[in-house]
Amino acid sequence: MKVSKIVVLAVAFLAIASVSTGCKGRKPKDLTIIPGQRATPPPTPPPSGLEGTGAGRTGPDIGRGTPIVDVPPPATAVVTPPPTDPSGNIPGAGWEDLGDYLANREMFAQNTVYFDFDRHEVKASERTKVDEVAVYLKGDATVKILVEGHCDERGTEEYNRALGERRALSVREYLINSGIALDRVHTISFGEDKPAVPGQNEAAWAKNRRGVFVLLKPKK
Amino acid sequence: MKLHIASQICLLTCCLWTAIAQPTIDIEGTRRPLAPDKFIPVTLTGFSGEVEAALKFDLEIAGFNFVNESQAHYLISGSNTGGRVEGRVVEKVSKANLLAKAYTGDNARRLAHALADDIVLAITKKPGIAQTRIVFKVDTGSQSEVYIADYDGHNATKVTADGSIVAAPCWVPGKRALMYTTYKFGLPAIVQHNLASGEREFVARYGGLNTSPAVSADGRRVAMILSKDGSPDVFVADAVGTNLKRLTTTRADESSPCWSPDGSIICFASRESGRAQLYTVSPSGGAMRRLSTAGVANATEPDWSPDGGQIIFTSLMGSFQLCVIPAGGGNASVLVEGEDPSWAPNSRHVIFTRRVGTRRVLSLLDVTTQRVKDVKQVSGSCSQPGWSR
Repeated sequence: MKVSKIVVLAVAFLAIASVSTGCKGRKPKDLTIIPGQRATPPPTPPPSGLEGTGAGRTGPDIGRGTPIVDVPPPATAVVTPPPTDPSGNIPGAGWEDLGDYLANREMFAQNTVYFDFDRHEVKASERTKVDEVAVYLKGDATVKILVEGHCDERGTEEYNRALGERRALSVREYLINSGIALDRVHTISFGEDKPAVPGQNEAAWAKNRRGVFVLLKPKK
Repeated sequence: MKLHIASQICLLTCCLWTAIAQPTIDIEGTRRPLAPDKFIPVTLTGFSGEVEAALKFDLEIAGFNFVNESQAHYLISGSNTGGRVEGRVVEKVSKANLLAKAYTGDNARRLAHALADDIVLAITKKPGIAQTRIVFKVDTGSQSEVYIADYDGHNATKVTADGSIVAAPCWVPGKRALMYTTYKFGLPAIVQHNLASGEREFVARYGGLNTSPAVSADGRRVAMILSKDGSPDVFVADAVGTNLKRLTTTRADESSPCWSPDGSIICFASRESGRAQLYTVSPSGGAMRRLSTAGVANATEPDWSPDGGQIIFTSLMGSFQLCVIPAGGGNASVLVEGEDPSWAPNSRHVIFTRRVGTRRVLSLLDVTTQRVKDVKQVSGSCSQPGWSR
């Protein structure tokens, strides 16, 4: 009688213990919870027709087992939200003489960001490429980055020059919302002047709608 | 009944088109019908060589057709020998002498153009365009330069030799000067270029993009697209670039500002709605207002006619089409395939760009007759023309 009671208690104890352990184990392991602080800037409602760039996509309380989608990896340090105008635009980098830097196009040649036709948003599928650039920039405080914006030929010249710049600025915003300082990211648009691939078909056009990263290392 | 159904189909197609964002065209727009009765039949006799060639070009684009005497309304005759051109215009039926004049000088084309303008004035009572000038961009692959020329493409002069990229050249009214975008100094900057001295000054050289300068008709202010505040926006400043004022604050990109002739309104394209549309804003500031281009989609690159009555623009509908609307907005008429139009001083002719394969050529359009004539091209890809007004 005594033995069976002990066994039952032991089994019960083990069962409770395993359940507790199991609960702990189901917490998402890759989420760093920062008490009292948001890891990303507060969401701003995107204007109609524009997807969020990813920075504004935090949801409500993240509970156990909630898969993390559409949110850039939270920084381990607190990211101060950048200043914006009332519409949500982040101020551009001031003019700088880029001749003071050595340009390296090879470092991030595999990180070229591709855009949809007539759109400027950084798509979810492109974000890891920008994340890698952000990580590099955080690791080397001496360098800056230039984002080139390009278009396919299916817009008119000045329309494309402005759209190319808007694309470069989308990538810039993503980097700044990841914690990169405003003066470290420059933009330049070439509109449709510099296609990556010649050709008048969708395969070529898709390769020309792009944002290219140029690493800038100070000459000294 | 048919119109009602057609417009409903148009509207539905519009919605589908914008929702799916496909590059194919579903909307044709209303194409302005050709007007053969607008041509003026004339005879042209007695001229030869370069003078005849220039005269023919000028008169054809002005809307004249060369016919035999029985069909002509006016008889144009004359001669050219050495440095002297003579021209006569007689109204056939009344036999009235409308013009009898001689021109002397050593430049044959210039004499022919002077005669052409006098013929146009005598017959149509309106000033001609044969002695006007254009500015444009020539792209030779890896680089582009600014050129100026006669309106027919002759006497082209290379203005820049920077071995860089240029864009959006325009004239400064009242001065022998241009403004254009250049990448020569790093990021694209807007410069003013004095044609007499060759000197250049920066008008806008902020971070990011500085492009699409447009000078008001009184020469005092410049509208331009700057991205310094985080998105390509319309800005206005004094012609030298001081007293900068931001006019749009959208999250999307604006492009191609142009002025009303009285300087009270700036018209431009914006992607604020998700697709390119035309808007207006006051240079003093205030809300931007949509300008209707009913019937056509994706309106860009507007230019306001010097008489204030119409706005011509490029519609991106699979192919690029030149369209016009009344200056207050409304139903768009589709003119011809082309892009980047600039009005002549007479508010009747337009210079624009046509795409021929991967190359671009400059072409003239007479909006009244819809006649199109290519100008003499500079070797390379010619685009972004601006007419000196």
